[in-house]
Amino acid sequence: MSAREGHHGLPRLLAGLDSTPAAMTLGEHEGIHGPLPAAGRGLIDEIGRSGLRGRGGADFPTAVKLDAVARRRRASAVVVNASETEPASAKDRLLISRLPHLVLDGAVLAAEVCGAREVIVKLGPGMSPAPVEAAIAVRSEGLSIGVFAGADGYVTGEESAVINALNGGPAIPVSVPPRPFERGFRGRPTLIQNPETLAQMALIARFGAEWFRELGTEADPGSALVTISGAVAAPGVYELAFGTPMTDLLAAAGGPTEGLRALLVGGYFGTWVEVERAVNLRLAREDLRSVGCTLGSGVLIALGDSACGLHESARVIDYLARESAGQCGPCVYGLRAIADGVAAMAAGTASRGERERVLRWTRDVRGRGACHHPDGAVRFVQSVLEVFDEEIEGHLSARCRALPAGLPIGEDVAFAAAGASGSPPSRRGSLWQ
Amino acid sequence: MSQRIRVNPIACDAHGLCVELLPELIRLDDWGYPIIDDSRVPPELVGLAKMAADACPTLALVLEKE
Repeated sequence: MSAREGHHGLPRLLAGLDSTPAAMTLGEHEGIHGPLPAAGRGLIDEIGRSGLRGRGGADFPTAVKLDAVARRRRASAVVVNASETEPASAKDRLLISRLPHLVLDGAVLAAEVCGAREVIVKLGPGMSPAPVEAAIAVRSEGLSIGVFAGADGYVTGEESAVINALNGGPAIPVSVPPRPFERGFRGRPTLIQNPETLAQMALIARFGAEWFRELGTEADPGSALVTISGAVAAPGVYELAFGTPMTDLLAAAGGPTEGLRALLVGGYFGTWVEVERAVNLRLAREDLRSVGCTLGSGVLIALGDSACGLHESARVIDYLARESAGQCGPCVYGLRAIADGVAAMAAGTASRGERERVLRWTRDVRGRGACHHPDGAVRFVQSVLEVFDEEIEGHLSARCRALPAGLPIGEDVAFAAAGASGSPPSRRGSLWQ
Repeated sequence: MSQRIRVNPIACDAHGLCVELLPELIRLDDWGYPIIDDSRVPPELVGLAKMAADACPTLALVLEKE
């Protein structure tokens, strides 16, 4: 296999990654993928043919977004949004810390096609700027590439919050429009992309759309980085082809460590799916939509039979309520009330009508914030009420003796840090960062 | 031309004047913030909707042409 022909099969993005914590050097990177080609005029079309969609959670077609900025004059910057404020996701920090050149390649290409003279790498909480700064120092593209360390908090990774912070404001979401492609950094058109999206672009620019489509399905081509955690033997970040059955995803992460009750798909803005339904799904938008899910930023959490879904969910919704930017009443008061309601159900102190009351609140709150924080949070809670209905009933009459599963929450960076202590990489080249 | 009302959720401070003036289109949630189930303003309510928008202490209620 020569670099020019591309890598057939997997891994693609994670090709050449070993279990050492060091970032891949430019020489190693080019040895594996070949040198970065110039961004030709046809790159946006090629990205369009590849079917690549944004990997930050919104699933938006990347070529459309690129084109929206490229059509405007005086684009200011390409922003690499590595905020990764989703506590159960680790793929962005893996890319930034281990494969910075792959991400920078994509950012440089994007800047060329959009006519931007500047690239800004916006890091998330707790990410070291050292690997990406070292990578920037050895590159010579004639672009200004800077690193911006952002504030902590679940909502700070939202596009408008990132732009607000880069413009010197607080890292909180603002009402949109205008969207960043219209008026972003320095008030000018700005492209803001997830690191994985840019890394995928870097490979499509080298090997083409047809190569990209060798993996995946017609509707969801290519591979994706999925952070798999919970009751699996080898939690970590895995690169898998779209179309992969859910059971193979779990097997990639070493397989379940016990019988499973449910899977949380898409992270804390995602939805719980009963394990009986989840095992029949593939890693594909159409499958996930059939059970009301999206992949979000590529997060999968397995809940074991020994844990209580209601208790775990109560912790998550409490976290999401605390993470409100505090700007909009329905989010501030609504999520708090919902979180307290779920906590009461978990503690066995709720009245019989609590479930219906919380359900009504989730419907009332939806769509009433300036950003989508309340929407994501209530979607999560609606799935809790549906999937753990039996547990809700049970907690009314009996004391719950489940052990805490310890889902990663907020300041609890144990998930990322535990990986550094060295979990063995498994067969698909998964790596903790 | 038809008109719509919407609430700027950041500006809204739950004063509740809007629901007093326009209960036909606005109800309150359990925390006193307005819920608009259907943003379209029927022609006969445009005058009242304008009054409600003007009365909002934080100018959070917006009446706009489609």
